[in-house]
Amino acid sequence: MLPKAEVEETLKRIQTHKGVIGTIVVNAEGIPIRTTLDNSTTVQYAGLLHQLTMKARSTVRDIDPQNDLTFLRIRSKKHEIMVAPDKEYLLIVIQNPSE
Amino acid sequence: MLLMSVWSCFFGQDEEDGTETGEGDEWMQGKTLIKPLDQLDLTEAELKEEFTRILTANNPHAPQNIVRYSFKERSYKPISSVDQLAVHFVLEGNLLHQDSDEARRQRAKQGDVEEGGGEERADSVESKAGKKEQKITNQFNFSERASQTLNNPLRERGCQTEPPPRANFSATANQWEIYDVYLEVLQKQEKNKEKAKAVPKKDDDKGKKKMMLVETQSDDITKVAKVAKIIERMVNQNTFDDIAQDFKYFEDASDEYREQEGTLLPLWKFQYDKAKRLSVTALCWNESYKDLFAVGLGSYDFTKQGRGMLVFYSLKNSTFPEYIYPTTSGILCLDIHKHLPYLVAVGFYDGCVAVYNLKEETLQPIYKSTAKSGKHTDPVWQVKWQKDDMDNNHNFFSVSSDGRVVSWTLVKNELVFTDIIKLIIEIFDNVCRPAACGTSFDFHKQIDYLFLVGTEEGKIHKCSKAYSSQFLETYNAHNMAVDAVKWNHFHTKVFISCSSDWTVKIWDHTIKTPMFTFDLNASVGDVAWSPYSSTVFAAVTTDGKVHTFDLSINKYEAICQQPVVAKKKTKLTHIEFNPVYPIIIVGDDRGYVTSLKLSPNLRKKPKEKKGQELPKGPEVEIAKMEKLLSLLREPENSNA
Repeated sequence: MLPKAEVEETLKRIQTHKGVIGTIVVNAEGIPIRTTLDNSTTVQYAGLLHQLTMKARSTVRDIDPQNDLTFLRIRSKKHEIMVAPDKEYLLIVIQNPSE
Repeated sequence: MLLMSVWSCFFGQDEEDGTETGEGDEWMQGKTLIKPLDQLDLTEAELKEEFTRILTANNPHAPQNIVRYSFKERSYKPISSVDQLAVHFVLEGNLLHQDSDEARRQRAKQGDVEEGGGEERADSVESKAGKKEQKITNQFNFSERASQTLNNPLRERGCQTEPPPRANFSATANQWEIYDVYLEVLQKQEKNKEKAKAVPKKDDDKGKKKMMLVETQSDDITKVAKVAKIIERMVNQNTFDDIAQDFKYFEDASDEYREQEGTLLPLWKFQYDKAKRLSVTALCWNESYKDLFAVGLGSYDFTKQGRGMLVFYSLKNSTFPEYIYPTTSGILCLDIHKHLPYLVAVGFYDGCVAVYNLKEETLQPIYKSTAKSGKHTDPVWQVKWQKDDMDNNHNFFSVSSDGRVVSWTLVKNELVFTDIIKLIIEIFDNVCRPAACGTSFDFHKQIDYLFLVGTEEGKIHKCSKAYSSQFLETYNAHNMAVDAVKWNHFHTKVFISCSSDWTVKIWDHTIKTPMFTFDLNASVGDVAWSPYSSTVFAAVTTDGKVHTFDLSINKYEAICQQPVVAKKKTKLTHIEFNPVYPIIIVGDDRGYVTSLKLSPNLRKKPKEKKGQELPKGPEVEIAKMEKLLSLLREPENSNA
């Protein structure tokens, strides 16, 4: 399988997974490039989580520069927001785990 | 007054002795002593009184009773010692010692003045010739001379230029940013070194440049791959949170009440859509990545032969496999290399063997045996990796129904085969029977050259890699084909075998008859020893049950017999213990793989008497098994 097709399939599987509300792919500048939610929500999530991830990553790396952030989970009353950062991208998934 | 009186006394004496002194002194004659009017009248006794005169160095004018106020004692105190010095005359001189500081300074000044004296004006020469000292300004005849110069008018000149372009720059200088920059520089340096070495290859560079351009233009989504994988696992973890928690922490508490029984807790179920009609024909855990296992899919049915699949699952993601390799023929066996977790050897139904490299992007195997290169003519039932040979080439063995045990070596780009042994049936009635069909084999854990082969006729042969035509030993094991034969992980003499004749037998390889025989009421598909205990093993049967035995607890029965599949018609085909975690995976003929957790009763370690330390390590396990075997051997010896 082409790596591109594989990635597309993985993203599709995540989107159709049980309990997943939405998926957003954000680039390095904080601009969402792919989303399953509406525009305003996407922009809001992208902006806020981008900043939070940068802060979290900075914290982890400040303590030990050889370490790096793998993922960030924010569990709230209603659902769980999962953020996985990459060198250039950010993948955000909102899931309702109890569903 | 006293002095005067003294002198007159003497004169007085002289008067009496006047005749002796002489008459020559003219000034003495003619004078008669006149007694002053205020002269003291002293009696003769008083006149004869002697007075002592002392010459001291005391100053008669110095006061003798000076009193000073003492603040310490707050009273007037007489001073004991008074300065007795009387100064008569003071004259200050102006002589200097020639070696004193002042003399030196004056001499230096004189020297300066004499040097600069030649430039002086004429009238001052005379005056200065005499003087050797510099003129020092004094308060009386010093005059300051100053003059006012013309001040030039001030002018200001300036010019205006275009302001330089400005940009706001802000960044953080964290420890990790500095570290990143250092790493980048290091990498660049290394690249430069490599480029310096590879300079003569110009064509390749051009080709590389083209590749670089293409990459940057391609869609950016491919870079999200790794992150997407992490997210998928997280999402799965959330969905199957309770299973994950059970896997890690759940220990069945009710096992304390069930003396000799255990249970299996079902955990994840692995299935792949496209593999639904295939049955699981092989299972193998990866030694290096303890959560990764391989599933070989194919079909045992002779009539329904089609394609197969090699699928890898991770416990972290039970919904979708990590690696998928479709194959043209059904897979019957597979083995993952112990030290190289990316090399997988696979045996097919059509007799081929192949080696896959998981690191490669392609879906094709890196090596595949062909008809020319000695592939088997019948299905390959078992493959096993061996230690690297003397040339450090990887090699593995395969056994097939065509009666050959073949060793395959990975030499550079091809697979080189060597027949190790040919299984033949003993000649009965002078009729040469065709070669026996090998259905399973296993290599001894410690003794490298020793291995066992199970055949379709139900015999087990003990062979050595060194002898290609003769067996070391043959055991008449079963009545039907031997489905699996496995050496014990701890005890070096014990192995187990199972067959479709409903039995599982445990052997000591030095004795021709089995030590233990268990009848499981259904055709046994597979049996496996546990990696943590020498007396625990599990077997799967076609009626969907998993039987777990622990010989140290119960020598005759299973301590756990549990159906693990929902539908009764599904047959269980394979079972494997995880080397680290207390879980087993069971494959069935519908393409499902179920993972189950072993309850504590099934994982019992021998209990030592209280107070003694628990001995650890494989020696304990060997001893345990040995104890069991000795119980069986002695009656046999006595019978024999």
